[in-house]
Amino acid sequence: MSHPMLTVKQAGPLALIQDAGRFGVGHLGVTQGGAADWIAFRWANWLLGNPLESAALEIVMGGNLTLVANSDVRLALTGADLAATLDGQPLAPNDSFMMQAGQTLVFRQPKKGLRAYLAFPGGLDAPEVLGSQACTAREQIGGLHEDGKPLKTGDQLTWKGSSATPRQLPQGTQLPLPDSEETVLDMVLGSQAAHFAGRSLFDAFNQPWTVDQRADRMGIRLTGKALNSRLGGIVSEGIPLGAVQIPPDGQPIILMNDRQTIGGYPRLGALTPMACARLAQCLPGTKVRLQPISATQAQAALQSAVIEVAVRLKSPSSGAFIDRVPNEPLASSPGHWQCDAVYPTLPRWRQRKHR
Amino acid sequence: MKLRLETAAMDALTVRLFDAIDETNMAWIMAADEALRRAFDHALIDLIPSYTTLLVHYDCQRLTFAQASTLARGALRNLTPADAQQGQLHEIPVWCDERVGPELPTVAQRAGLSVEALIERHCSHDYCVFALGFAPGYGFMGLVDEAIATPRLKTPRRRVAAGSVGIADRQTAIYPLLSPGGWNILGRTAVPLFEHAKRGEPLLRPGDKVRFKAISQSEFEAAGGDTTPLEERS
Repeated sequence: MSHPMLTVKQAGPLALIQDAGRFGVGHLGVTQGGAADWIAFRWANWLLGNPLESAALEIVMGGNLTLVANSDVRLALTGADLAATLDGQPLAPNDSFMMQAGQTLVFRQPKKGLRAYLAFPGGLDAPEVLGSQACTAREQIGGLHEDGKPLKTGDQLTWKGSSATPRQLPQGTQLPLPDSEETVLDMVLGSQAAHFAGRSLFDAFNQPWTVDQRADRMGIRLTGKALNSRLGGIVSEGIPLGAVQIPPDGQPIILMNDRQTIGGYPRLGALTPMACARLAQCLPGTKVRLQPISATQAQAALQSAVIEVAVRLKSPSSGAFIDRVPNEPLASSPGHWQCDAVYPTLPRWRQRKHR
Repeated sequence: MKLRLETAAMDALTVRLFDAIDETNMAWIMAADEALRRAFDHALIDLIPSYTTLLVHYDCQRLTFAQASTLARGALRNLTPADAQQGQLHEIPVWCDERVGPELPTVAQRAGLSVEALIERHCSHDYCVFALGFAPGYGFMGLVDEAIATPRLKTPRRRVAAGSVGIADRQTAIYPLLSPGGWNILGRTAVPLFEHAKRGEPLLRPGDKVRFKAISQSEFEAAGGDTTPLEERS
């Protein structure tokens, strides 16, 4: 019998191998990459009992991506509802499922959200470059063929583990998806915000923005009433994830995982990593609202989200997954709430040393 | 040097040392790079030095915003500029020919120089590497002699070959891999910048110096250079 694998019978528009991303390499000009909705990505791995940063498939839109199994395998699917079917039967969202030899898995079109994550036992098997399996097309790094290209018809997906330890999503867990009315995105105000006209600062937070067609893993453009900065171009400087960059036309570009490492447009601030995950699920046309927040508030909100999940995971219904809860409030134990446990809502950017 | 700490993101700070590009900045930027790496240690996720700033991406599970700010401030107190000799000097051989450097005549004409004089001018300065960005291993270098400084192309090319050496205003750079780009291309090098970057060992690092050396087609070919004309690729 041949090695267990999934064969790509038909490639959709964009399915990429992604993990947490590349860290500690920004100074080489290498982008971060990694799953754009990192929360859904981590939950997908959690559902199989994988290390949460194991490489998975990020499926954008669906577009009839068709995968066929040559042996029985347990997979997990989270994130967007892309009308996925297994031999014609709809799959429940945010759950693991058995795919039997000969069965066909198809992703059709987005019903809610934009990016689905498909996790494999032990994570996908693909070459590592600079400490990560993340696939970045622009840099020609990562992917099955080490050329940064998305999946193509005929590709064969193999995985590292021989079995999975399936888990159920704790009841009441919310994964990042756009809201039907308006999706609120928390944005940490950056120091350059002071260079924006008062009117523009008001407009930034008091109008619905529309997610534009011009959206990819590098950046997502928003359209609305133009914002004006008194800074023209600036000297290029390092750009964080979620940076809200304002080019001369006044229409913001949110810089995502595959952004260039440095850039020279004025910035209003940066979305929080949680807001980036939500934005990654917004189809063009989605209405979003920017909400200002301080860095300290944002860090506290992240900690609360982690605690909330930790509490859910401690409940008996969630099975045996119990770990240390970061139960010290941020104020009483400043800066020391990190935990060795793996929480799906905690971004654990892996640190790598590349000098 | 005037130190300012700015909020960049939930878990990132911009350390601003200067307002304008200058070759003398780099000794300070590199000293700050070293000091911040040491101070943040395991709480550092990424540190991106650039012309006038450093972006510090820290682990917010280990450090609060206030702690990170205090740590950065402490690390940069009493900063002394790095030894100017610390950066490496790289000699990069470049084949300057219209086939692989289609802007040679236009840049020369604009400067009122012959193509030979332009090449000589471009090769006569030890350029400072200000930052890596745009693509893995892509070094932004300067400052190019005012006389030959040329603005970017009005319409960027969709495909610029790996190894292409270009100038834009007072900066010069080498494209490590095939990518779109709007710089004025003067020639091509066979030095494999991308392969170095992919291994985590970039040839050029901020603070290094680069001296271009004009070589002949046969030398370029002997070094493994690809002579496919640039325009054919677009």
